[in-house]
Amino acid sequence: MKLELDAVHKSYGDRRVLNGIDLAVDEHEVVCLIGPSGCGKSTLLRCADLLDPIDAGEIRLDGDVITEKGVDANGIRRRIGIVFQSYNLFPHMTVLDNVTLGPRRALGVDRDVAEERARELLGRFGLGDHADAYPNRISGGQNQRAAIVRALIGDPEILLLDEVTSALDPELVGEVLSVIRDLAAGGMTMVLATHEMGFARDVADRVCFLHEGRVLETAAPAVLFSKPEHERTAQFLARVVEAGRL
Amino acid sequence: MAQPGWLRPDARRLESPHPLRKRFLNEEGAWPAVIAVVSTIVFFGGAAALVVTSPNWPRVRDQFFNPDDFRDAAPDVLDGFWLNLQLFAWSMLLIPVVALLVAVMRSLRGPAFFPIRLLAVIYTDILRGIPLILLVLLLGFGVPALQIDLLPSSATFWGLTALTLSYSAYTAEIYRSGIDAVPESQRSSARALGLTQWQALRFAILPQAVRNVVPALMNTVVSLQKDVALISILGIREAVREAQIYTSRTFNYTSYVVATLLFLAISIPLTRFVDWYTERDRLARSQAQA
Repeated sequence: MKLELDAVHKSYGDRRVLNGIDLAVDEHEVVCLIGPSGCGKSTLLRCADLLDPIDAGEIRLDGDVITEKGVDANGIRRRIGIVFQSYNLFPHMTVLDNVTLGPRRALGVDRDVAEERARELLGRFGLGDHADAYPNRISGGQNQRAAIVRALIGDPEILLLDEVTSALDPELVGEVLSVIRDLAAGGMTMVLATHEMGFARDVADRVCFLHEGRVLETAAPAVLFSKPEHERTAQFLARVVEAGRL
Repeated sequence: MAQPGWLRPDARRLESPHPLRKRFLNEEGAWPAVIAVVSTIVFFGGAAALVVTSPNWPRVRDQFFNPDDFRDAAPDVLDGFWLNLQLFAWSMLLIPVVALLVAVMRSLRGPAFFPIRLLAVIYTDILRGIPLILLVLLLGFGVPALQIDLLPSSATFWGLTALTLSYSAYTAEIYRSGIDAVPESQRSSARALGLTQWQALRFAILPQAVRNVVPALMNTVVSLQKDVALISILGIREAVREAQIYTSRTFNYTSYVVATLLFLAISIPLTRFVDWYTERDRLARSQAQA
């Protein structure tokens, strides 16, 4: 298993967000996390990248426990890529500098080497012409693709995507989704929190429905979307269909 | 069917102004400028007339605006002002560095850094709590009195130190507000790249934080330029002290006016520059958001 979460608990103050999450993601597997806002999708991803400490439970990456004391958290984060809903590119840097910051500073790669690799990746994701642009000069979709390149350049073992299309204008969603689809086809191990049910059905190997900080139901998309086992899942999907999102 | 009011033919009158509105509309054109000029002349002329016609004006003019005294006092005051400028330059170099250090110390996270954070809090609390003039007196007279061989005994040195310490405390708080204004998500995405806490601060947070506070920092520079004069109380012969010496010798206050003009000669362009820069920065930011 590439990534495993065992009985992970996490509270922010009095608010319990993760309430015993169990999840295992195999190598080359694409897992979609769905569920209502506040069900813990984003928190799960943040905890898996060690951006927030968990209160109880255990997370393993490739069999190594990464939530123990004394673990080199920076080293772990380098093995995991994460992309956020609001892109979070650094506004004072060009796209190229955004992408090369990680390799240059965290991995000590020479500027020339890092930039060559970055330009190659940016070209592959259709951003070759925007390498020297500042984030506020390019579209939301381009920002998000640049953020994906920034997460990919360190050759992560797994990519975590946190509602990466939720902040985009509708006409820009497609370009980002197609990038993710390509990554999935290329064998990238991914965990996606998403509201794009149609996309989840297309791209996911497994879909997990999160409810009140737990994984309530896990199944192949064809099964989960057509014959959900739990009442809660069915209700959630009914509301999604009502909103025209499936 | 009855039409709504705004569709009736007479509603079109908005296009040709009502006779009563014409009077106001005609004020467009040269009138506002003329009114501005006239009211300015009346206001300042009146104020000047009030001063000049006051019973004691001839005496005051002689004591504060005497051309002969102006000529006599200017060289010494100007010499002193050169020292002000040097101290101003030194403190402008030192304050941003010390302040940034304190702000960074205060922004470090994690229990291991608690003592460092505490130190920074104590520093800013105490130094901001002491009136600058008292700090100048305490350090300028107190430290040399200790007669510790290792420490410099020059009043100028300790005056500059007092200025730097006090201003650094304020400036550190400005930096900190800039650091706090950078969204938490920026820190997250920097840490997600595998950067250490220090690298995230250095490459992702601080450049944005400093940019956030440049206008505030520049305002501090304007007030610093004037506060350099406070070290005159240590007997250091900068501009204000030289002016004082001239006054006590001649009982004429024109030397103070000389010093005032010198400070204004620096601070007015500086203020204009700060305003211009702040406006430009505001525009750039509002455009970036659009």
